[in-house]
Amino acid sequence: MDNATYYNPADLAKFGNITAWQQEMGSKFFAYYAEVFKEGALSEREKALIALAVAHAVQCPYCIDAYTTDSLQKGADEAQMMEAVHVAAAIKGGSALVHGVQMMNKAKELTM
Amino acid sequence: MKSLHAQHHALADAGYQLTVLSQAEAEGARLPSFASQLRESGLLPLQPTGLSVMQINVGKMCNQTCRHCHVDAGPDRTEIMTRETMQLCLDALAATDIEVVDLTGGAPEMNPDFRWLVEQISALGRQTIVRCNLTIIVANPKYHDLPEFFARHRVRVVSSLPHFSATRTDAQRGEGVFARSIRALRMLNEVGYGVENSGLTLDLVYNPSGAFLPGSQAGLERDFKQRLAREQGVAFNSLLAITNLPISRFLDYLLETGNYAGYMDKLVAAYNPAAAANVMCRTTLSIGWDGLLYDCDFNQMLELPVHATAPQHIRDFNLEALLGRSIVINQHCFGCTAGAGSSCGGATV
Repeated sequence: MDNATYYNPADLAKFGNITAWQQEMGSKFFAYYAEVFKEGALSEREKALIALAVAHAVQCPYCIDAYTTDSLQKGADEAQMMEAVHVAAAIKGGSALVHGVQMMNKAKELTM
Repeated sequence: MKSLHAQHHALADAGYQLTVLSQAEAEGARLPSFASQLRESGLLPLQPTGLSVMQINVGKMCNQTCRHCHVDAGPDRTEIMTRETMQLCLDALAATDIEVVDLTGGAPEMNPDFRWLVEQISALGRQTIVRCNLTIIVANPKYHDLPEFFARHRVRVVSSLPHFSATRTDAQRGEGVFARSIRALRMLNEVGYGVENSGLTLDLVYNPSGAFLPGSQAGLERDFKQRLAREQGVAFNSLLAITNLPISRFLDYLLETGNYAGYMDKLVAAYNPAAAANVMCRTTLSIGWDGLLYDCDFNQMLELPVHATAPQHIRDFNLEALLGRSIVINQHCFGCTAGAGSSCGGATV
């Protein structure tokens, strides 16, 4: 167990096993998931890039592996993938900074 | 970059490649055999459904040395089809109603009898496909008129361009290949190739530049069309998405980068019975530079000849015996049955 980590890359392939303990919810989730990633108003490549950005925002190593592969498979290149990560970074950074307004409001409330 | 053959690399030996492919099967029986998958799909023995394409590999000589090349082609390869062997192919063609002759290589245009062969196929009233790597057109002044030559014989041009970005393309096909390919595509567009209603067909081949499978052919085609039109002013007809098969230089790449096991897992997990039913070997005959017969160009490179019940050389061509043969399969065949399927004509499902 010396090499044990909280994240094991091999576990990604076992994602489908979650249905074993709750068949109905798990199956409905995967059916929904498959529907979401189908070509629609957005192309499959655009959806893969959104997923890649979200994967970085939620810092999910499984999702980063999965959607790096998927973005490549859907025809994205390095420039598009890195821009998607910057979108995630901008929103994460922006979401911290925009709370600065709340900080300013509160500080103004408390100060002379 | 030298070919595996010139490097005296172990993987230059087809027998060794087959050993590697079968080892993955043996190691704890981790992967099913392709034969067992076909049996489950009710397709064993795999047999032809007809013969509509004669694919002739006119030689391994090429001006490029692509990292994924299943032929291990390159400037250092000298194996090339003679005019005598080409004549045997033409004799077989004349004796049948095979509609399409698919010329591949190497860079087929580098065979000194290439143009003669195209003229003869034209004279027989059959459609010629040329698998043109694009850069050959701008490689030397003697090839600059290839677009006009192709147009004169209504050749369907099928050209590899793994990506609409230079980075992805050059990573697979060599430094500067993207820029030279775009120059060649513009020359083809200028004579009418890829232009609507010209009757001249220019198709592009997408194959992944790494250890991943191709996505939806329709989605990729739309992206390629938009990006190439907008950024390069280039047009084409259709995009054919082809999966890289784990043989030769691509197998070397997979092993060198530690991607082999993961890639085989992906191919096996994506096995699609519908794609298996539509594999191209069921309607194709592949002919090697020396006239030997194979079920496909990949089997040719693995030196797996057509089944012993069928004629082994084009000089002994016999349509009936060929149509009655069983197709020779191995673990690499998982590459043609993954996802939406893969063939020289792109997705099959």
